Amino acid sequence: MSTAQPATKAGKVASASGGKAKQRHQRMNTQDRTTVILMAVIPTVLVLGLVWFPAISSVILSLTDWNGIGPLSDINFIGFKNYVDIFTIYPPFWPALQHNVMWLISLFLIFTPLGMLFAVLVDREIRASRFYQTSFYLPVVLAGALIGFIWQLLFSRDQGLINAVFGTTIDWYGNPEVNIYAAMIANGWRHTGYIMLLYLAGLKGVDPAIHEAAAIDGASQVQTFFLITFPVMRPTNIIVMVITFIDALRAFDLVWIINQGRNGLELIATLVTANVIGEASRIGFGSALAALMLLLSSFFIIIQLRIMVKGDD
Amino acid sequence: MATPSTAAATTSWEGDIQLRKRGISPGRVALYIFLTIMALLWLFPMLWAVYNSLRDYGYTLEHGYVSFGGFTLENFPNAWRRGGFATSFGNSAIITIAAVAFTLAASSCMAFVLARVKFRFNFTLLAVFVAANLLPPQSLLIPVYRMFRSVQLPDWLSDSGSLLNTHAGVILINVAFQTGFCTFVLRNYMIGLPAAMYEAAQIDGASLWRQFYGITLPLIRPALAALATLQVAWIYNEFFWATVLLQSGDKMPVTSSLNNLKGTFFTDFNLLSAGSIIAALPVLVIFFVLQKQFVSGLTLGSDKG
Amino acid sequence: MSHLKPTKALPSFSRRSLMRGALAAGFATTGAGSLVACGGGGSSSGGGTVGGEVTLGVYQGDEVPRKAMQAMIDGYSHGSTVKINFVDHETFKNNINNYLQGNPDDTFTWFAGYRARFFAQNGLVSDLSDIWQNFEGMPESMKNASSTQDGKQILVPSTYYPWGVFYRPSVWQARGYTEPKSKAEWLALCEKMQADGIIPLAFANKGGWEAMGTFDMMNLRVNGYDFHVSLMAGEEAWDGEKVKNVFKTWSEFTPFEQPDANGRTWQEGAQSLLNEQAGMMTLGMFIGQQFETTQYADDLDFFIFPEFDPAIGADVVEAPVDGFMMAAKPKNEAGAKDLLTYLATPEAVNITLQYDPSVIAANSNADQASYSALQKKAVQVIGEAKNISQFLDRDTRPDFASTVVGPALQSFIQNPADIDNILTNVEQQKKSIFG
Repeated sequence: MSTAQPATKAGKVASASGGKAKQRHQRMNTQDRTTVILMAVIPTVLVLGLVWFPAISSVILSLTDWNGIGPLSDINFIGFKNYVDIFTIYPPFWPALQHNVMWLISLFLIFTPLGMLFAVLVDREIRASRFYQTSFYLPVVLAGALIGFIWQLLFSRDQGLINAVFGTTIDWYGNPEVNIYAAMIANGWRHTGYIMLLYLAGLKGVDPAIHEAAAIDGASQVQTFFLITFPVMRPTNIIVMVITFIDALRAFDLVWIINQGRNGLELIATLVTANVIGEASRIGFGSALAALMLLLSSFFIIIQLRIMVKGDD
Repeated sequence: MATPSTAAATTSWEGDIQLRKRGISPGRVALYIFLTIMALLWLFPMLWAVYNSLRDYGYTLEHGYVSFGGFTLENFPNAWRRGGFATSFGNSAIITIAAVAFTLAASSCMAFVLARVKFRFNFTLLAVFVAANLLPPQSLLIPVYRMFRSVQLPDWLSDSGSLLNTHAGVILINVAFQTGFCTFVLRNYMIGLPAAMYEAAQIDGASLWRQFYGITLPLIRPALAALATLQVAWIYNEFFWATVLLQSGDKMPVTSSLNNLKGTFFTDFNLLSAGSIIAALPVLVIFFVLQKQFVSGLTLGSDKG
Repeated sequence: MSHLKPTKALPSFSRRSLMRGALAAGFATTGAGSLVACGGGGSSSGGGTVGGEVTLGVYQGDEVPRKAMQAMIDGYSHGSTVKINFVDHETFKNNINNYLQGNPDDTFTWFAGYRARFFAQNGLVSDLSDIWQNFEGMPESMKNASSTQDGKQILVPSTYYPWGVFYRPSVWQARGYTEPKSKAEWLALCEKMQADGIIPLAFANKGGWEAMGTFDMMNLRVNGYDFHVSLMAGEEAWDGEKVKNVFKTWSEFTPFEQPDANGRTWQEGAQSLLNEQAGMMTLGMFIGQQFETTQYADDLDFFIFPEFDPAIGADVVEAPVDGFMMAAKPKNEAGAKDLLTYLATPEAVNITLQYDPSVIAANSNADQASYSALQKKAVQVIGEAKNISQFLDRDTRPDFASTVVGPALQSFIQNPADIDNILTNVEQQKKSIFG
């Protein structure tokens, strides 16, 4: 049933030129079979056991009004009441959904492309490349506590640098009309750095010879990038696309540090958290929110993966 | 989409690289100006925090943060002592090193299987790994907590008698959570590798393990380095699992030290900044150490610089 | 000089307890909510031998409280060694349910009021009635705040602090302001300050909890203590006239409040008090910690909310109590109880107070000679009060407080005109949560 086969696009190209021999499906020998099983089993068990099992448990808990205390046998099933409540009388839910979408758009349109641009620029042989890389990457290494403080220093209405410099009195964090944008900027500040890092690694897979060839052909650098480099980086592009998506969906810590995701900064993940931590926690209700999140995102992820796998073959 | 083959990468093009070493063009100047402005923009918030970490809280309280004066170095030793960094650095090192090492090991194995072996559940498995990143960890807290509590361990392994309140538990959950992401990244990176090498190896009768160990691993070094850099930053700064699964203050990682710099109500933010800067240093060091790996070209022949 | 005579304390508490009882019955799905009886099954019952190691979980990891706790424990020498587990405040609070169901320390720090009773209802803590009998100097109000609805004591109170309206006396003196004795006087004072170019009321609500203090006090002055208690118990309509009146009254003060409170931390709010931009601020006595870092440490005084309605009066103060509890199944019960008995003594709390001047001792026999003027004022104010309330997030279900009331108050601050809709929604959610 299992066959070893070069599953790469490059492999295809090479096979086409290299003859039929490589396209023949080879049966794996016992040793290879054992290798595959050993290599796959531990990660799979870990992910299934520690992520998926709890995730499915959460979906089940979403049908209960459990508060997280006492034996499992005491759990009281209440059907879809939590879901009904979320859709009807839980005011933060719809804004949260909207904010997640805005978050996604800001990352896709601004910060992810910016991270890619930074990567492409600093990847060229320029002086002080490491300085630039470090500057852009720095926000990624900072603890949430510092990031919260940093942006409070800038955004604070009374004490913040932005209002002091521009003479404004905008309540960046408190006004629910603007604070989501302030938070998106702070988030983008960090996101850009790690997209840059992923592209830096991805660019290593691109043969510089291609650039040289294009340069000889008289293509401008921008043309070279969009016509050649960008398509070649397809595997990285997909990673970045999926990660940007996950990042937007799971967006949590920054907003949590700012004001625990209230008052204009609602995001689904913060709603989940607000409902499951602390005493008297609403595990059932929070799980219902999480289940909605899982449902929504699985849908998109499956589509993305399908496109990706089709492209690979 | 016309995709040029990367297989040609094995050829050396040293001669042409000279072409790049041309003089300072206006385009170059613009590039430097742009990058410098952006870098300063990115650094500025950080520098502003560093500036304020060097000031006395009482001074900034009276004069506001947009002021000059009240300089002191005291925040740094104070933060070190009050945060209990001496203990927490050790805890963080144990958790981070082990978790990152296991994560990268597990995910490169899994990614190799997904990228190189065709089997029926290939897509499903990939989806299982990728989608594992989608859930906020908070929503899994209660089930994970119950599971860990029910795992019985002998007393000499765990003073709680279970996986709770052990570093092993925190490492395990971090590995489980990060493996999905890393598997996905590495799998895609492996897909992009030139297949010619594997074919040669297969003809030579190299086992699958040999192909993994001898070909794939050296080739994915840039990706591994980038991932290690990201993972170290994430796991090191991760506060959620550590703080919910550990119960003893003296087992907590660095993020908890930072929390120790905050009071129930009152927080000296300048002190907290100093502490955060102390906390960020180890990750920066890792970044510098690994930077070479993903900056300099590797076996793929891109011998720039 | 006992500031809280037992006769004065919380006469209506029993009623409150009854309501809480009803509430408890309403949602305790975990069965009877049996409190773990003392000495049940253990070899060392109530008066067992003291010795071995006792563990104490502390919800503070920052330096000053840490030193204070360490010093207090150093003063304990009754046979057991005490192992303290310091955990930072947020972490400890967020994990408390899991902590108590996992592998808790024998004793731990916690809050009085509903938040303590909740654990008792769920069988997560032990009955401490037997050691309570021997406590000396604990006022009746403290006993009530530490008791379950059926009259068992579950918490050993240590310190507390009042919520009030804080100001800088030197500034007030220079400008001729005096403490208001009624709502009208207070509003007049606000107008005077505004005319003087000072923001009358510094206001911050970035954390989402700060404004709960204002709401509580307004409600206590407009509708009184009994209504407040039953509102917190989920038995009154949030969209009813009485609650609307609270916000109507609050709206009278809105023009004098610092604008954009939802983006301001309380520390930034207190800062405007320090640099004379603002005249006063409603907050807990912990505001003193911010003042301590400056030269104005002693330039701080407060008044409690004056009378709004003569029929209601002004005899309730919000004063959250912090103390110690014992886990359901302590490993060393005799040792734990002995430690808790020590922690209830004036000697123990005297040590804490040396470190933290922003609280006062729960035990009325504690040494008040070393109290600051502010602490003495707090003792006096609370002594004059007929009832003390805890705080909105300690007096009702914390999930309701933090996920419903907190955001609702932020919405009100953002858009006061929308209060009817906000309250309608709070009521809907209340019905769902209290179910």
